[in-house]
Amino acid sequence: MALAIPHQRVAKRGGLRRLARRKSTVAFALALPLIILIASLVVYPALYSLHLATLNKSMEHFVGLGNFEFLFKRDLFWMVVKQSCIFAISAVIFKALTGFVLAHFVHNIPTKKQRKWRGMLLIPWVIPPAMSTLAWFWLFDPSYSAFNWILNRFHLDNVNWLGEPGWARFSVILVNVWYGAPFFLIMYLAALKSVPEQLYEAAAIDGANWWQKIWYVTLPMMRNIISITVLFSLIVTFANFDIVRILTAGGPIDQTHIFATWAFKLGIEGNDIPLGACVSLFMFPILGVAAWFILRDISVRGNEA
Amino acid sequence: MSAVAMEARPAKRGSISKDRKKAMYWSYFFLMLFVLFFLTPPLYMLIMSLKTSGEIAEARFPWWVFHPTLDNYWSLLGSENFQNFFINSALVSLSTVVVTMLISIPAAFSLSRMKFWGSSTLAAGVFLTYLIPETLLFIPLFKIFSWVTEFTGIELVNHWWVLIFIYPTLTVPFCTWIMIGYFASIPKELDEAALIDGAGWLQVLTRIFIPVALPGIIAATIFAFTVSWADFLYPLVFTTSADQLVLPAGIVTTLIKGDVFEWGRIMTAALLGAMPPLLIYAFLMDYYIAGLTAGATKG
Repeated sequence: MALAIPHQRVAKRGGLRRLARRKSTVAFALALPLIILIASLVVYPALYSLHLATLNKSMEHFVGLGNFEFLFKRDLFWMVVKQSCIFAISAVIFKALTGFVLAHFVHNIPTKKQRKWRGMLLIPWVIPPAMSTLAWFWLFDPSYSAFNWILNRFHLDNVNWLGEPGWARFSVILVNVWYGAPFFLIMYLAALKSVPEQLYEAAAIDGANWWQKIWYVTLPMMRNIISITVLFSLIVTFANFDIVRILTAGGPIDQTHIFATWAFKLGIEGNDIPLGACVSLFMFPILGVAAWFILRDISVRGNEA
Repeated sequence: MSAVAMEARPAKRGSISKDRKKAMYWSYFFLMLFVLFFLTPPLYMLIMSLKTSGEIAEARFPWWVFHPTLDNYWSLLGSENFQNFFINSALVSLSTVVVTMLISIPAAFSLSRMKFWGSSTLAAGVFLTYLIPETLLFIPLFKIFSWVTEFTGIELVNHWWVLIFIYPTLTVPFCTWIMIGYFASIPKELDEAALIDGAGWLQVLTRIFIPVALPGIIAATIFAFTVSWADFLYPLVFTTSADQLVLPAGIVTTLIKGDVFEWGRIMTAALLGAMPPLLIYAFLMDYYIAGLTAGATKG
């Protein structure tokens, strides 16, 4: 046995080098489908949309920044920018707040029962949004609205949920909060559970009230998860399509359009692909900011490890 | 000092548990309110699906059904369009799951264990592509596909199977990312031992990594299935004729026709369309939630 080992090692040295060389080849081959997929169906289209945005409607001439100039002159474009920001920012704030509060409620009840409640509260996230938005559409319907029926019982006037710009904006945000809050709940509940109980005990001994416990213990401990979920959700909400498309299709009179739905209307329905590409490119800045934060985070982690 | 502490403890414990109890009851109260709010749309779907058109049109009491009937279900299950949507959805989602797993498991294995030149950049890149929204890609993809058709004569637009090529862009980055996390948590000794015993890298993957990381693979599978089942934008852009549509786009584009709203049928269709993800969720909730949280906590 003792004799065999040095013998083997000599034989293996050449093999080891070959193995190392083969290892990176195999590794590359295993990752190749992923690289091809990302390069051809994500990176290339993303770059191609930059090119598309510089063409005229029939895609024959290069017009440079002509499409952007055209957009900047239209009031509707600035309305869409404003509405996208209102929609995304308020929806994310309310989703995060609802999720945070709900996570505390679930955390407060006995562990055995948490599963059941969490299970019920996650259902809005599980139903495909296109399907659940149909239910919301019917709940909001002007003549059959089940919400208005309740309002009438309390002798209040009918609300034109989807027909009046202000209420329509409220409605799309409400549906988005309903759909997205469960995700925050799950994330924040997991984060809450990882906060060591001793910290709260120590805070209690120091005489902290519940608000101080949240501000000085819970929030600092959850800082990472809060920033990640808010960042993710901001991207997803900015790029939202299903809810606005089904609920209002941008109406009334284009007042609830956000980038994605307007790009769809211009590019696919209106057949002006370059202009649509141009509009959807405005989702890039938020992506860039997010990418910067995430890359910074990854490199920080890399240095720690 | 210790005497004081001993004395104080029983009194304090009593007050803490009383506070806790109060907090618990209030929590139940508010949880009940939120569950009511969260479950209103699905329950409303159920109520509407059991109503006849007459009862819906009457609109006397929208929140309850007085003459429940399964007519909507029978008529939908018998309708050829709806059967088509369901079959197309199932085929697209299942194939997407298979394609996703075939791409992301080997890739995650190679990125987490076998490092090659540029592999860490690629891992970060995978994560960034997960963040590129579909709403940014649908217009260029549409153009590229019609362009491919022009050059090769292969009709890509308006075929359900074209979604099998597109959906992996939604699922693969995230699945690869969470698989990297799961694979990285497997102790290195395991694969080193196998390599010393003369196993090849592929054997390490199939004999060790896939069995050990099975919970992660199940979570990723569920994610891939639910995402491809629920997607609405891509089918709306790439498929138009009734026999090529998948469920979400099919229900919205064919059942909602002008002013003739057959809302009983629409709600039934939506409910049936929501069933597969709901059933998966009901039976595999822990995997579902594991997949959901793994992406962010490991990112």
